[in-house]
Amino acid sequence: MSDTALHTQDPSRDPHQPSQAEVQDAKHTEEASLWADAWRTLRKNPWFIVAAALLVVLLTMAIFPQLFTNTDPRECLLSRSRQSPSAAHWFGTDVQGCDYYTRVVYGARNSIAIGFITTIGVFVVAVVMGLLAGYFGRMVDTVLARTADMVFAVPYILGALVFLNSIEDRGVTEVAGILIFFTWPTMMRLMRGSVLSVVNSEYVVAARALGAGHLTIMRRHILPNSLGPVIGYATVFVGIIVGAEATLTYLGVGLQLPSISWGLQLQNAQPYLQSHPHLILFPLIFVGLTVFGFMTLGDAVRDAIDPKGKK
Amino acid sequence: MDQTQPATGQAKNGHGPLLEVKDLQVEFRTKAGVAQAINGLNFTLNAGETLAILGESGSGKSVTAQTIMGILDMPPGHIAGGEIRYRGEDLLTMPAEKRRKLRGASISMIFQDALSSLNPVLPVGWQIAEMFRVHRGMKRKEARQKSIEMMRRVGIPAAEERVGDFPHQFSGGMRQRIMIAMAIALDPDVLIADEPTTALDVTVQAQVMRLLKELQVEYNMGLILITHDLGVVADVADKIAVMYAGRVMETADVYEIYRQPAHPYTRGLLQSIPRVDGQEDRLKAIPGLPPMLTDMPPGCPFNPRCEFATDRCRTERPELRQVASGHTSACHYAEKIHTLEEAQNEPV
Repeated sequence: MSDTALHTQDPSRDPHQPSQAEVQDAKHTEEASLWADAWRTLRKNPWFIVAAALLVVLLTMAIFPQLFTNTDPRECLLSRSRQSPSAAHWFGTDVQGCDYYTRVVYGARNSIAIGFITTIGVFVVAVVMGLLAGYFGRMVDTVLARTADMVFAVPYILGALVFLNSIEDRGVTEVAGILIFFTWPTMMRLMRGSVLSVVNSEYVVAARALGAGHLTIMRRHILPNSLGPVIGYATVFVGIIVGAEATLTYLGVGLQLPSISWGLQLQNAQPYLQSHPHLILFPLIFVGLTVFGFMTLGDAVRDAIDPKGKK
Repeated sequence: MDQTQPATGQAKNGHGPLLEVKDLQVEFRTKAGVAQAINGLNFTLNAGETLAILGESGSGKSVTAQTIMGILDMPPGHIAGGEIRYRGEDLLTMPAEKRRKLRGASISMIFQDALSSLNPVLPVGWQIAEMFRVHRGMKRKEARQKSIEMMRRVGIPAAEERVGDFPHQFSGGMRQRIMIAMAIALDPDVLIADEPTTALDVTVQAQVMRLLKELQVEYNMGLILITHDLGVVADVADKIAVMYAGRVMETADVYEIYRQPAHPYTRGLLQSIPRVDGQEDRLKAIPGLPPMLTDMPPGCPFNPRCEFATDRCRTERPELRQVASGHTSACHYAEKIHTLEEAQNEPV
């Protein structure tokens, strides 16, 4: 009873106006969108911080190698070939007598470039095809999903070996192109599955009932709700491709000299595995750090975007 | 700019019923056989009229809504026959693009669960504005202004502040209001509400129903209210169509049907409402279950559960026929049932 008495005495209280608390509440949660929410979760994840810091360093290295070394990577003196690490040459020198630290720093660019170009290419192909296959289903799905299966059936390393071997002049574009061609099905399947999980949701049916066309439904309703897992995977994918580039180049079908890349350094160091292990060690560490960075970041992103994946 | 002005212009002055469903037949072709979801459905809806389609789950009421809206999943759904005429034009033979443009603008729909019917990643204001942008080609800013207007119209407090909020930040009742705002944004002639209050609290149910009724009068819409709740129907409906196993069992004026049902099924439904005066200690229920749609009994589909069933009911299918003015029933003994209730109700 006293409650009602209090309220009726309050002249500012108009039942048609929202209460002060309600308005504040509304403002407070204004930014609670999926992405804002994901960002908040990310910031609290220590693995994200570690991975992000690592990748910032590696990306800076790829874009501005001059910041990390003053030496020219092509300034090589055969007289100082295969020196062990020292104060003058932190990572020692390679067979040609070049400063190995500088070579490794400059190697970041090509390796990471292939990682990014391939991932962007695969992402575009996978998202478009997965969206069409999942949304339209039936024939469209059958054709696209079977095509994906056929490409998927060829191990990408094998496919890349065969095709790259027949290309005389292999640069970043060629390697990235072949990798895109052989690796898109995994991400496309992920996208397709993700689309399938939202295509029958009630808000899609509701949008249809309110007159939205195919394009509107795909763009506004399906895409934003299905992209999460794919973005997480795409981040991991950059790491996978950096590893793949190193593998292919090591096998002799990736980049060629005089390009500078971690894969090439590994390939050239192979005969000296026992006598000069530092030649293998340093590029390997960098490949490892890059792959680790992208994988960890990808996992963190996926967990943040897709709360269902969390333990 | 006046939002109450009919968008379709002269179309509103058209003659004849707004919506006319004639002998509609919808089936689902599944591995278990062909399920007759709707079997010869007939009804008409006029502007400003509320038709309640009443039925239990599986009676075909939601399929009816989906078929009218053109959002039925096909396959497995299949329209085996009939017509759905909107202002005289058959929706079923209309080109897909023309029909799409009618959806949302002329014939609109609200769903049972507003939370899952709203896109979780887009602000609600944006989703309402989308109606104006898709159908009217409005600019972002203007559409946003209109969506604030609509939010105010459906009674959402502090619309300007809440226009950027996401669906999960609203309560159930508010979400349903937003869904309603989207559905009526373009001033449709026909609004189909598929169990609009089932997911809501009882107190909120009443508010939402009142809002729907208010808007219906204001916009002079034909409202099809799909529900299994006799309580909801009594307040708002003008006409009632009772569905059972994919067919209409009885249609009548709302008062008439409560006072004098002319079909044993309707009678059973009414008797199974708990009464406040508590004259009976046990609730009456209709025995048995609705028939499998893949395996319909011969004769009247209700005969296995009907207390009045005779041999005739088990062999001959009753057609919908007139019992009294504006009152039809698909029962061989409709007149008998009709007068039965009259006699019972008289002394009370």
